[in-house]
Amino acid sequence: MTQKQILPSGNPRIDRLEMQGIVKRFPGVLANDHVNFDVNAFEVHALLGENGAGKSTLMKQLYGLYHPDQGQIIFDGEPRLIHSPRDAINLGIGMIHQHFMLVDSLTVAENVALGLPSTRGIMTDLDRVTKRICELAEVYGLDVEPDAYIWQLSVGQQQKVEIIKALYRGAALLILDEPTAVLTPQEVDDFFVTLTKMANDGHALIFISHKLHEVMAFTHRVTVLRDGKNVGTVNTVDTNKNLLAEMMVGRPLNFIRNYKTIKCGNPRLKVENLSALSDRGVPALKNVSFEVCAGEVLGLAGVSGNGQPELAQVIAGLRPSTSGKIMIDDENLTGSTPMQVIDKGVAYIPEKRNVEGLIKEFSVSENLIMRDLDQEIYSRNAFLNMGNIAKRSADLVKTFNVKTPSIDTPIKSLSGGNAQKVILAREISRQPKVLIAAQPTRGVDIGATEYIHERIIEQRETGTATLLISEDLDEIFALSDRIAVIFHGEIMGVVDRKDATLQSIGLMMAGEQPPETKTAE
Amino acid sequence: MRISWSSIFDALLPVIATLAALAVGAVMLILLGANPLVAYGALLEGAFGSFNALADTIVKATPLLLVGIGICIAFRAGVINIGGEGQMILGGLSSIALGLAFPDAPGILMIPMALLIGFIAGGLWGGIPGYLKARFNVNEILSTIMLNVIAVQLMNLLLRGPLIQPNQKGAAAIPQTARLSAAFDLPRLVPTRLHLGALIAVILAIGVYFFLWRTTIGYRIRAVGLNAAASRYAGIKVNRYIVLSLMLSGAFSGLAGAIQVYGVNHFMITDGSAASFTGSAGFNGIVAALFGQLHPVGTIPASFLFGALLVGANKLQRVVQVPAALITALNGLVVVFVVSSELWRRKNARRRAIKELEEKLAAAAAKEISPQPEGGG
Repeated sequence: MTQKQILPSGNPRIDRLEMQGIVKRFPGVLANDHVNFDVNAFEVHALLGENGAGKSTLMKQLYGLYHPDQGQIIFDGEPRLIHSPRDAINLGIGMIHQHFMLVDSLTVAENVALGLPSTRGIMTDLDRVTKRICELAEVYGLDVEPDAYIWQLSVGQQQKVEIIKALYRGAALLILDEPTAVLTPQEVDDFFVTLTKMANDGHALIFISHKLHEVMAFTHRVTVLRDGKNVGTVNTVDTNKNLLAEMMVGRPLNFIRNYKTIKCGNPRLKVENLSALSDRGVPALKNVSFEVCAGEVLGLAGVSGNGQPELAQVIAGLRPSTSGKIMIDDENLTGSTPMQVIDKGVAYIPEKRNVEGLIKEFSVSENLIMRDLDQEIYSRNAFLNMGNIAKRSADLVKTFNVKTPSIDTPIKSLSGGNAQKVILAREISRQPKVLIAAQPTRGVDIGATEYIHERIIEQRETGTATLLISEDLDEIFALSDRIAVIFHGEIMGVVDRKDATLQSIGLMMAGEQPPETKTAE
Repeated sequence: MRISWSSIFDALLPVIATLAALAVGAVMLILLGANPLVAYGALLEGAFGSFNALADTIVKATPLLLVGIGICIAFRAGVINIGGEGQMILGGLSSIALGLAFPDAPGILMIPMALLIGFIAGGLWGGIPGYLKARFNVNEILSTIMLNVIAVQLMNLLLRGPLIQPNQKGAAAIPQTARLSAAFDLPRLVPTRLHLGALIAVILAIGVYFFLWRTTIGYRIRAVGLNAAASRYAGIKVNRYIVLSLMLSGAFSGLAGAIQVYGVNHFMITDGSAASFTGSAGFNGIVAALFGQLHPVGTIPASFLFGALLVGANKLQRVVQVPAALITALNGLVVVFVVSSELWRRKNARRRAIKELEEKLAAAAAKEISPQPEGGG
């Protein structure tokens, strides 16, 4: 072997990593089926695929969290067995998880040093760590303050800390697991600049994503996984979004683009000067006002953590408001119990599907009846009508195309997309007046996303007033008739879809006042 | 083949755990100079050796089952009721007070009334920690245990005072009640000590199964236990169902106390401890419920097994003449082994998976001997 090249960080470079014929089985699932994958220094290689396509499984084997059943991993020509993340780190692999692994109450330097031996035995050596962080930050243009506490930092800055952490541990190859999910469009641009620089300096980067425009924007090569198989590896310049989408799904997709401008005299859902506290007792919503008409989709855009879940919970009766009013068809809903809200015709698809929307251990049919237990069709005098429940569940499973072995299968055995369809079936089959859909397609594969979008549009046509809360701007732009933007618990502005551009919405998401109305994109 | 072996093993694990506990017990028996084969022979004979032995086993299993199905309800709602002892005492006290107050009432009327009042008293006693938890978020494990202590003192107070047998007087008075009218004795099923209570317990266990899985109330109890946030989202008043489940749990323990009085003891006496009345059924019922996978119907055979162990151990002690403490130790061993076997099973499943993985890795490494054409960077 030739002497390894050294990166600007001082870490030895990984010139070529290959994963050959990787097979990984889980009970009943072939998660990786003879997958070949490689990445070189100076390259950003996108790993694209739907949920459950095997992207994470493949990368977890590279990072030592799983072990391949067959196949081998080759570093610069040498096969290696990676037994644990520690082995992976020693080989120069770093992983940036989607959810940051940082301790809020510690400083940047303390987080970077966490879990590493100190040069001074039981005493910390934070001054040495701080010096090294400053070096790395300067070399890579990452403005990070070593003494700042994590809770003081924005999400974008926290991500930079994660990168520094990986570099500090000697990473030459970085695995980035859906890194842009939590960033504003402007932060994403920033982030891409950093990654491009790292690639130019000789790092190898693996970018896991399902956002096609990001993959097209700054990667060099794309590998698409579907059902655990490598469908193809292509140079990014030789492909386009539609081709990649087809590779991911295995068939052409319908993109919905039929927004309209609605004029309604009397809105169906009216929220006036609504304020509420977060779980930590700090104001999460500040004088929020908006209206949704019958037959309209109002998209609520915003970066995660700006009051979206609180808003949905207040409307659903799950969180008390401190002031303000919620009206449905001129009926005051403020202060109602969750049951009263259900009875008033409000359907709610909650953001935390597995925590709030479903009981994972319960069967499909038990989850389908969850919010309508006292309806005559399901029970009489507290006795469940098992026959009716089974019949109706079977109907709903069929109508909503839920893929499940039976209606008695526990929800936890279903994929994210199918679990979400169970919620959708339950909420939409009630013929709601108002539908609150919070992150309805998060963690859901493209096929199910397409289906869920179609049902939301269908619901709009029947006169439901829909509040679509989403952090996915593609989704907001695809479904909304009007777009509202929330920032730090305040509505920054509401614009018609036809007047909205990615840039104008992005600026509002970052807290800028709404710009003058611009021409359509 | 590997899969079928391990699944058989898992199904038999509670039995294997029991045998393992008995094996450890055998070592203790040998150290005490007793022949374990003789000892365990006596245990089996004591539990199942005759009609009478079998009847005694079932009599012993009855309070375990009643407490156990109450425990199932509480656990399904996500709360833990360690207050079975106190709730049994309340059930016993209230039912015997009723029986002593109306000694001339017809049995056909008194028996159901007494069982009902025991059920209600246990339910109210169980409702106290339920209310404290719902209202002030008081940990129910602590409050139920503390209420056990209060119940014992209440029993001591009542048996020395208002409920004491009228002819017990002065400083030497034994704190015990008069015997209940013989007309109130629970009917015997066969000419043994076996009484109607066992049948009631089995019917109730099946009834509770239907209650939990076939009614909206049971559905909501289970929903609250599995996921309180989702239950709230579904419009369920979570606190109300927590209180209800602890009340029901206490009620079944209270019924166990009433049945113990009307079916077995026919009077109450105290030596100052709870176990003198309950026979620790308030605690052992928890184990029986866990052994029965927290399923009311599964708790039926589980209670029977523990009843057998308790009755058989008496015979064992008599035959091989070992200290009574050994019997307690033996019961404790079975409880520890059985309850931890579930944990052990999970760990073992993990270890097995890792071992398979290592074998495959080794096989893969063997294949890697074929040369790789790729050159180094």
